[in-house]
Amino acid sequence: MKFQIPNSKFQIPNSESVVVNPIKGQRTKDNGHFTIALAGNPNAGKTTLFNALTGMRQKVANYSGVTVERKEGFWRLNGSENTARLIDLPGLYSLDATSLDEQIARDVLLGKVVDLPKPDTLIAVVDATNLERNLYLVTQLLEFKIPVVIALTMIDTAEKQSLEIDTDKLSRLLQIPVVRVKATQKQGIEELAKKVLQSAQTEATPNFVWLSNANFTENTDEDDIHLSLSDNKSANKKIFARYNFISEVYQEAVKPKDTLERSVSEKIDRVLTHKFFGLLILIAILLLVFQTIFSWANLPMDLLDKGFGALGDFVRAEMPEGILTDLLVDGVIAGVGGVVVFLPQILLLFLFLSILEDTGYMARAAFLLDKLMSRVGLHGKAFLPLLSSFACAIPGIMATRTIENPKDRLATIMIAPFMSCSARLPVYTLMIAAIFAGQTVFGFLSLGAVLILAMYALGIMVAVIVAFILKRTILKSPTPPFVMELPPYRLPNFRTVFQNMFTRAGLFLKRAGTVILAISIILWALTAFPRVQSPMSNIQSQEVAASNEQPTINEGQPAIDESEQLQNSYAGKLGHFIEPVIQPLGFDWKIGVALIASFAAREVLVSTLSIIYNVGKDETEESASLIQAVRDAKKDDGTTTWTPLTALTLMVFFVLAMQCMSTVAVVRREANSWAWALFMVGYMTGLAYLAAFLTYQGGRLLGFG
Amino acid sequence: MMNLTNLPIGAQAKVVAVNGNNAITKRLMEMGVVPGVSVRVIKSAPFGDPLEIRVRGYHLAMRKNEADAIEVSE
Repeated sequence: MKFQIPNSKFQIPNSESVVVNPIKGQRTKDNGHFTIALAGNPNAGKTTLFNALTGMRQKVANYSGVTVERKEGFWRLNGSENTARLIDLPGLYSLDATSLDEQIARDVLLGKVVDLPKPDTLIAVVDATNLERNLYLVTQLLEFKIPVVIALTMIDTAEKQSLEIDTDKLSRLLQIPVVRVKATQKQGIEELAKKVLQSAQTEATPNFVWLSNANFTENTDEDDIHLSLSDNKSANKKIFARYNFISEVYQEAVKPKDTLERSVSEKIDRVLTHKFFGLLILIAILLLVFQTIFSWANLPMDLLDKGFGALGDFVRAEMPEGILTDLLVDGVIAGVGGVVVFLPQILLLFLFLSILEDTGYMARAAFLLDKLMSRVGLHGKAFLPLLSSFACAIPGIMATRTIENPKDRLATIMIAPFMSCSARLPVYTLMIAAIFAGQTVFGFLSLGAVLILAMYALGIMVAVIVAFILKRTILKSPTPPFVMELPPYRLPNFRTVFQNMFTRAGLFLKRAGTVILAISIILWALTAFPRVQSPMSNIQSQEVAASNEQPTINEGQPAIDESEQLQNSYAGKLGHFIEPVIQPLGFDWKIGVALIASFAAREVLVSTLSIIYNVGKDETEESASLIQAVRDAKKDDGTTTWTPLTALTLMVFFVLAMQCMSTVAVVRREANSWAWALFMVGYMTGLAYLAAFLTYQGGRLLGFG
Repeated sequence: MMNLTNLPIGAQAKVVAVNGNNAITKRLMEMGVVPGVSVRVIKSAPFGDPLEIRVRGYHLAMRKNEADAIEVSE
């Protein structure tokens, strides 16, 4: 059957001049700049064009109150005379505000975003190989009554598929300029600038023939848009009308070949999304990615760690002894260093995620795994955030914004921290090096590797169970719809990949760094105050000195013993205070201090233990002296602190407990509620305690420890 | 009445209607699955779900649940 929109005989104007009216007087520019927004479908080449237009002159932030990335840059339209503030909108299929991204994009187009003027012109990035669906967004953009210029991308690929696109005709039918661009080769950029400049200086004369049906009002005021939102029926009619218009434009302007021949992507997909091999390949790719992340990151992490250690030593040597030096070295440098050390892993993770995303494989992974994820009640898209959480829950939680349903998004956020992140690794490796080193299972598998794998598995298992429960109780909602494009496979653009990697790493540093810095200073203060003036100032110090293997050797100076300082500090008192609670887990007050400290960030456990065991603060988890100190550590009653069972219990606790201030801060922002953030801390830590309790007491019943 | 789910892998058909009046049907239509368009079923994922279809020259994945809303005729 043939569907026609009532007013299908739309006028074909003779030239663009009908749309681009004679200049009606210069628009008011914002501080002399035009404001131009870049809109387009995901995978249309928007980011590549944005990078080509702005170069490195761009910045990334968030739209206030939400986590949608706000990317903008400066674009020199023609030399230095006209510059434009270029807003890169999130990738969009539609502007009906069903997702957060769409809502934000609409706010930008309506000029409702604070300190962002309404755009003078829109550049619609249109993928020539997927013209019809891309033009759908263009029809919606036009309804906003802002001049639109189309940047047609991927023409080479389209021509290879022998699609012939008559750009002039397309331009006439849509009544807007159409410019062919090849962003990577900077082709068409000048032409684009010219057209954009022309459009920005004129008023749009919207003529949306597709809506000139009696059923629709022609204006797209906010009221009307809201009306169409609440009324699905009329919205569906509009969608239908837009696509009918597009089909007619497409038939006029494009000569398609018959599409029976399989595309290259289809051929690749015969292997990569194969019923059996698809999953095997997915597992192999994930293994390869993680193996690479962990092995490549080792060296730079080591260097960073040593660098911060050396910096601390340098500051301590150069500055007069005193509280300011302590604050700088033990608080600021150690605290910030503790976060920065994880940067190589984060960079590598983002590198691989960008590559997987840009090649189009990520969508296939979601396609392959959706059935499994939906059994738990989650969306296939939750796979990516959960995968990222193995490096760090912070970017993982930030990545959940692609999930449209708020309840599904929240469920994914709530379980993301169960994925063993890189900050847990120092704890695992310290325990393994100190307690389980050199042991094997079945004679050839290293016990350490098996234990680490078991910890990852435990986290995943608990996450699945919790998601299952959450989705059936407080976050009850029907299994989310799964309607997702499988974009054609493409070679990634490495400039885009690297730029993406560095901006994200920068955001991570800024976000995590500020919180960790503050917490480090507080923690340092907790361990440094009240000050102990002399080693002999109280009776307890003698006990400590007696049990200490390395008494202070500075003669003449009333040097302060660090263990003693810690014991008498607020943190030490807290450790003693919680000792009754953690005793059933086999932990003494010293571990208690380290546990309290590790609630700021998990890896802090390692540095705190080295302070407690008095082996110096710059020790890393692999330092021989810390490992030896852990082996030699004694409880106050003289028994060995760390048995294999205690070490295992601690590892189990670390898999499940919510010990990361940065994550809590990010969850608070993403969920936009303290309640959810605190709920997460509460239930995760409760679970961790329970699991650790069962491990320790169960182990004792079985005769271990 | 035939739904997209009933089509064998590789079959081509014309969309007659997108039934239902909710966010899913709206999303399907926004993605170009509107009455009159022709679609082809490409494959199903390892566990039988979701489906991959080809519509308007690109590939779209959806669960059988969603595909049930799409009425087709050969």
